[in-house]
Amino acid sequence: MTEISYTLTIIFVVLGTFFMFIGSVGVVRLPDFFTRSHATSKSDTLGIMLIVAGLMFFEGFSLNSLKLLIVFIFVALANPVGAHALARAAFKFGVKPWFKKKSEDKT
Amino acid sequence: MELFFIYAAIVLTVIIIIPFYRVVKGPTVFDRLLGAGAIGTKTLVLILLLGFLFGRLEMFIDIALAYAVLNFISTLIIAKYFSTDKAKND
Repeated sequence: MTEISYTLTIIFVVLGTFFMFIGSVGVVRLPDFFTRSHATSKSDTLGIMLIVAGLMFFEGFSLNSLKLLIVFIFVALANPVGAHALARAAFKFGVKPWFKKKSEDKT
Repeated sequence: MELFFIYAAIVLTVIIIIPFYRVVKGPTVFDRLLGAGAIGTKTLVLILLLGFLFGRLEMFIDIALAYAVLNFISTLIIAKYFSTDKAKND
């Protein structure tokens, strides 16, 4: 029984770390603010949810597991809301979205 | 299993450094805020892993929950400030 939970923990934590790495690379590589926000909000949320789910498998049924479930639900609700509020503020502030320049492609 | 958690914490610490580039160099204020939020969410997971390593999970989960709430509220308040006209004129 413990081997199954350990294996699930390892799989979930490794997957979550991978998604967090992808989100971090997206923050650095993408061209403007909105694409960066899109990269980091979704993949970071998925990464945290996967890692917390893996830790819940490791912990089993207890009070700590219930608290981890609260962290899971809070992150799933709050992280996209924060990213959306930031992107909306940026759009109202006047940050220009990025477009592919067509004139440069022809020349 | 403890060794696995140590390795995961080390990898997360390395991943935290990557968005810090955007915090230092970002062209607009929002890029910096986005990088800071990304660092905050990764630190939340790092706190949970440290709780497993130290064996005092019940304390560290409360700390992580408070950290998540603080990160969320600071992002919301700063976004609310920058969407007003007063911030645009400054």
